[in-house]
Amino acid sequence: MGEAAKFEDALWSTLVAVGLLGVFGYAVAATTALMRARQAGSPWTGAWAAPAREVARLLVRQRTAVPGSDRLLARVGGALLPIAAIMALLILPFDSQPRGPHAISDLSIGVVWFNAMEVLAWVAVWMVGWGSNSAWGVVGANRFLAQGLAYELPHMFALVTVAVGAGSLRVSDIAAAQTGGLWFVVVMPVAFIVFLLSVMGFSFWGPFDQAVGRDIASGVAAQLSGVDRLVFLVGRYLMLTVGSAMAVPLFLGGDAGPVLPGWAWLLVKTVAVLAVLVWVGQRWPTIRMERFTEISWIVLLPAGILQALVVSIFVLVGWM
Amino acid sequence: MVEAIVFGVCALGSVACGVTVFRVNSMARATFALLASFVLAAVPILLLGLSYLGVLVILMMVMEMMIMLVFMLMYMMNPAGLMPMKMVHNNRMSLVIAAVVFVVLAMGALITPWPRTGRASALEPTKDLGLDIMGPHMLVMVIIGIVLFATMVAVIVLSSARGRYDRFGDDLSIRPPQDPVKGGLGR
Amino acid sequence: MTLPLFLIFAAALFAVGLYGLLSQQSIVMIMMGLELTINGIIVAAAAVWYFISPGRPDAQTVILVAMAAMAVEMAMGFAVTTAIFRTRDVDMVDSASDLKG
Repeated sequence: MGEAAKFEDALWSTLVAVGLLGVFGYAVAATTALMRARQAGSPWTGAWAAPAREVARLLVRQRTAVPGSDRLLARVGGALLPIAAIMALLILPFDSQPRGPHAISDLSIGVVWFNAMEVLAWVAVWMVGWGSNSAWGVVGANRFLAQGLAYELPHMFALVTVAVGAGSLRVSDIAAAQTGGLWFVVVMPVAFIVFLLSVMGFSFWGPFDQAVGRDIASGVAAQLSGVDRLVFLVGRYLMLTVGSAMAVPLFLGGDAGPVLPGWAWLLVKTVAVLAVLVWVGQRWPTIRMERFTEISWIVLLPAGILQALVVSIFVLVGWM
Repeated sequence: MVEAIVFGVCALGSVACGVTVFRVNSMARATFALLASFVLAAVPILLLGLSYLGVLVILMMVMEMMIMLVFMLMYMMNPAGLMPMKMVHNNRMSLVIAAVVFVVLAMGALITPWPRTGRASALEPTKDLGLDIMGPHMLVMVIIGIVLFATMVAVIVLSSARGRYDRFGDDLSIRPPQDPVKGGLGR
Repeated sequence: MTLPLFLIFAAALFAVGLYGLLSQQSIVMIMMGLELTINGIIVAAAAVWYFISPGRPDAQTVILVAMAAMAVEMAMGFAVTTAIFRTRDVDMVDSASDLKG
């Protein structure tokens, strides 16, 4: 393929991927609004349009500028969250039949790249919290850092376990290693659960939303309004979607499946993981950070290391 | 050609951000300037083909800078930069020493006859590195592991405000231990 | 993108870090200078790997050791700062000169 054709291909893939990301993000927001409406007993038929109404409302509202705040950091942080999500999307393989694994940029170190991009969420959320020049913002930002410290090490071990199981850091190799054998979710369930928890963690979703908790006047997002708020919240939904999409090639076999074409299976599996995460997000109360820290360091981390040991033994023996 | 331009921009940007670290008044901005310096210095490493190490530098430096940020805000007197302050001692001498060191090192880099090996770059530096630290240089990793463990123990000893007798009582018999913040497992 | 250019870049980072190391009063700022210094070392090691010994991974091991050294130095520095801050309520190195002379 010529250079121009490759670039056009990559551009087209990027547009399609970002478009799909937007659709999924909207679906997550709409489902959340739906569940909340049903829980509150209010009529839920209008919930599907609730995100669109919210977007329109935020676009029309004024941006607040708190005097004395670090506006540069706040704007950079707000923009960084969706950008990190889109950059993490680069290494997802979109379809592997018939012309081979095809991601926007199939980096040879795709797993490490994904890890680096979701760590940028720490930077983004902290900057936004700091830039609000309010105590609640700084409290929320530091809560997010504490949460990050708690989930990050088990998350890295989960990624390492997947890479060891497949013998490669390239995401398409990991997806290909699951064809003809068991999916990794069966071989390394602990790593899968830890990965899902950390997806909820780095998109401060569900039980891990103490950074934007109601007890600190929505913390990091306290002083956000208008377009800033829209960009930040869109970034949050994008991170959740990218994390769910990443779980598919890592644990759920990529685009393997009997009847439908590859890309359809990718979408179905992503929607399944997203549905689980949205349901958990609505069902579980917020976990406090000091409690989660103890759980993650004393339960999740040794479990993750044992899982890595088991998978390493499988690889050495030749079962994988 | 493009690579040379990218290298030039990143090198100059990295050094400029490094200088900015010591010029800004706000401690938050100083930390992010240092982070920008690290990320811009990792781009030439990526250009050299060391993809794993380049992304690893970005990953680890982001995490370390965020932790450093928390401590900067805790201990520094001017975290938001709301008032100008001078926090240097021995400024002129330090500048002179730094300049002299830079000139000496640069002269050394330019004058030394570097060996002319064929630039047959290894095709898989990541794999070479992995095999190396699991084989000939395993002792390096073992020692790093022990050093990190010693660091963890030393850090907790130095920075923990409550010792055994605060937690378990005067005769070390109170169970569960008395802590101001309870963890999630009820220990 | 030749070796001397990379080494001059590394030397510049090292020199800026050295200035920070020597001139700052606060322990945390000294540590930031030290981080810049080690960053220079990492860039130099990467350049040496590419231009002088691409067949051997020894320079990459130097980079790993440098990153571990960064982590250790940061952890110990913050622990010491915490301990000093608890007893004396300052974080300046000028007031921690008990062992001088």
